[in-house]
Amino acid sequence: METQRCKGSRDLLPEDMARFRHTEKVFRSCCSGWGYQEIRTPTLEYLHLFTSTGTLTPNMLSRVYSFLDWDGWSGERVVLRPDGTIPTARLYVENFPQVRPAKLFYVENVFSYEETGRESRERWQCGAEVIGSARPLADVELIMLALETLSQLGIKDVKVHLSHAGVIRAVLKESGFPPAEQSELFQRVLDGDTKAMSKMVSANPQLADIMSLLFEVKGRSVGHLQNLKVTLEKAFLSPDLEASMEDFIAIAQCLTELGCEYQVDIISGRSFEYYTGIIFRFYGEGERLGGGGRYSDLIPLLGGGDIPASGFALPLDRLMNLVTDWQDKAPRVLVRSEVGTASAQKRCFEIAADLRRAGYTAELDQGHTKTSDYQWLLSIQGEDAKPAFLLTDQAGGKPIRANSPAEILKVLQAADATKASSS
Amino acid sequence: VFHEKDVPIQVAVGNYDLGICGRDWVEELLAKYPSSALVRVLDLKYGKSNLYAACSKSGNSRSIDYWQTKPGTIRIATEYPNLAESFALSLRLRRFSIFPLWGAAEAYPPENADLALISLPAGSPFNQTLSPVSPVLSSSALLIAHRTSWESKDLSPLFRCLYSASDAKEVTSENTKGQKEGADESLPISPRPDSAVRLGLPDGHLQGPALEFLGRAGVTIQNDPPDPRRPGTNIDGVNVKMVRPQDMPLQVANGNFDLAITGEDWLLNHFYRFPSSPVKEILRLGFGEVRVVAVVSKQLPVDSPQGLRELLRKGDLTRLRVASEYTDIADKYARDNHLSPYRLIPTWGASEAFLPEDADLLIENVQTGRTLAEHNLKVIDTLFESSSCLVGRTYAPHDSYRLERMNSFIQALQQAINKR
Repeated sequence: METQRCKGSRDLLPEDMARFRHTEKVFRSCCSGWGYQEIRTPTLEYLHLFTSTGTLTPNMLSRVYSFLDWDGWSGERVVLRPDGTIPTARLYVENFPQVRPAKLFYVENVFSYEETGRESRERWQCGAEVIGSARPLADVELIMLALETLSQLGIKDVKVHLSHAGVIRAVLKESGFPPAEQSELFQRVLDGDTKAMSKMVSANPQLADIMSLLFEVKGRSVGHLQNLKVTLEKAFLSPDLEASMEDFIAIAQCLTELGCEYQVDIISGRSFEYYTGIIFRFYGEGERLGGGGRYSDLIPLLGGGDIPASGFALPLDRLMNLVTDWQDKAPRVLVRSEVGTASAQKRCFEIAADLRRAGYTAELDQGHTKTSDYQWLLSIQGEDAKPAFLLTDQAGGKPIRANSPAEILKVLQAADATKASSS
Repeated sequence: VFHEKDVPIQVAVGNYDLGICGRDWVEELLAKYPSSALVRVLDLKYGKSNLYAACSKSGNSRSIDYWQTKPGTIRIATEYPNLAESFALSLRLRRFSIFPLWGAAEAYPPENADLALISLPAGSPFNQTLSPVSPVLSSSALLIAHRTSWESKDLSPLFRCLYSASDAKEVTSENTKGQKEGADESLPISPRPDSAVRLGLPDGHLQGPALEFLGRAGVTIQNDPPDPRRPGTNIDGVNVKMVRPQDMPLQVANGNFDLAITGEDWLLNHFYRFPSSPVKEILRLGFGEVRVVAVVSKQLPVDSPQGLRELLRKGDLTRLRVASEYTDIADKYARDNHLSPYRLIPTWGASEAFLPEDADLLIENVQTGRTLAEHNLKVIDTLFESSSCLVGRTYAPHDSYRLERMNSFIQALQQAINKR
């Protein structure tokens, strides 16, 4: 059959949705526990929200879904949201200009064109943002919240990679590149382009050693950062660089105290141009599991005043494939009547309702062809006045007779208790 | 033979193995659809031109920095909307609006656009009103091929032939030197009193009838003006600009013209795209009358849209290819008549050449029907009859002087209609 689904799109089947909802539920419960509040921004936003320098790079913008709306005669284009953070920053500016900090989270889809159509052009993100706090503590909190989410999802051995946009920018500036080249190199470093370093070195051969220390040595301790700091200070006299290194060290120090291991990896790949401070990435089970960073220039750029912010996003599409324990635990019972009269059917509805109240998933038989998905079959037999109930455990064993709904529940609960204790 | 702008699309969809057109139109397609099935084969080195982003000479800045930091929305008028968008994004303009045009982009800055993308033959100077801000693209004739054809068919004899022709051409193509550099005198654009009525008049085939009609209303337009896009008139307080009739509704909607003469066909096309657009028809002028019709090849055994639907239902046609200059009218027509599945092929003129090989249905205007007969085509439906019309905005200007001028102009036109 010819496929009718749009290229680059994806259907979420019942099992996918069960995994999706489980992942979402864990994320929401973690965020709520830390006092974050859920928001949802519109799918459509104006293109100009994403075009300024310091938002999305031209490379990312060339893949947005932009078009003229039905009232777009003025030429104002709209886009299908390509990113979650920028709309959240806009939402903050428009709705909570006084709240500091605002701790917000969202589960949203984002859209970006992907040429082959093999990857989905619509992706889902779990994002959290702290807007209005400049403290390193806010960055640390976000990292810990993300790690708690990943751990509760059952994803083990998550690695944290740290970088710092402020440090990269300051080094580029001090290396004497003109502003246009600085931003091009910055983009390349954020894109994980390791050749960016050789370009910097060929322009400044005397910096070869220090660039190698910065970009190639991947330390795992505050000590590494302290060493870098004094060495960078010897090469460049820059208050910006010093402040950024101090910020970097403060965050790393706090993570160390909390027992959180990390690796310093300046070229960590796929980051946003709007980052200004710490950048963190998560890896686990051989995959990139999202990340985030500080973006203190974004809200000023949107006209929201001098308000710092920081946040992260986790790729829901990827996490949902890694989660364990996503299945709905409630035992499923299929209720069927041997007699087709209206009063027998009424009895089926009533008994199914009783079972649901007791925490079971109870379905009425609609001529089901496959009954193996159900833990129990409940067959209602006999005359309207004097029904008999026959319970069959699909795992095996003889059918059990019961005489009333109360007895059915008793049998089910006893059997489940035995199963729970034996497992 | 198609309009040059249509060539890359026709080659990309595989209707043709090879095509020749300006590189600018190839890049215009690829800017929006980078995965189009099209390969660039050979630069034929003739027909060289350069595409520039240009601003008005009377404007305040020609530097890129100025445009990058300018507050407010930057309006870009262009026949190359996709290239304009990538240009604006790569320049990191903060906020911009692109006005797609059918032509005459050079007439828009400074009043009606901040920047225009202008294509100029290599070596020829800018006109007196514009100066370049940034080059966008250098273009010349380009041989292109459909990707699958290139990969699977042996076209080499054809290429050999084309290559030898292009080598010969190269020798002669450089004879354009010695063209005189344009005198760098800017032509002052007459200062426009704010309360003057801004009137848009159509160029092209509607121009003659429009000027004749205005003559009957007592309005004479200057013959052979120094700036051909901005002729003077015998009426005070009316400033005229000549642009493509297709572009009028969008320009009126955006407040660039107070009044404009265009066709009802283009007004309707505009409304189908932007239903809430603040444009209205003020007068039906009665010249330039055409019928907008649905046309198929005589070989197709149908005589109504129902017949087409039947062909699609039976599977005799797997997909209906609808070609039209009126993309939004054609889109609505196909939807309203349930002609699914269909695909729209936007064209830029000479649409009758698309049938029967490259399209199945054409939404086209006809005056006499002679062209259709010559191409072995037949009309299966009439959508509507269209006349030229005077359009304006749905709301009145605040300026009472301008409103008064507009009203007396409308009255003069009304009288000319009544006289007939």
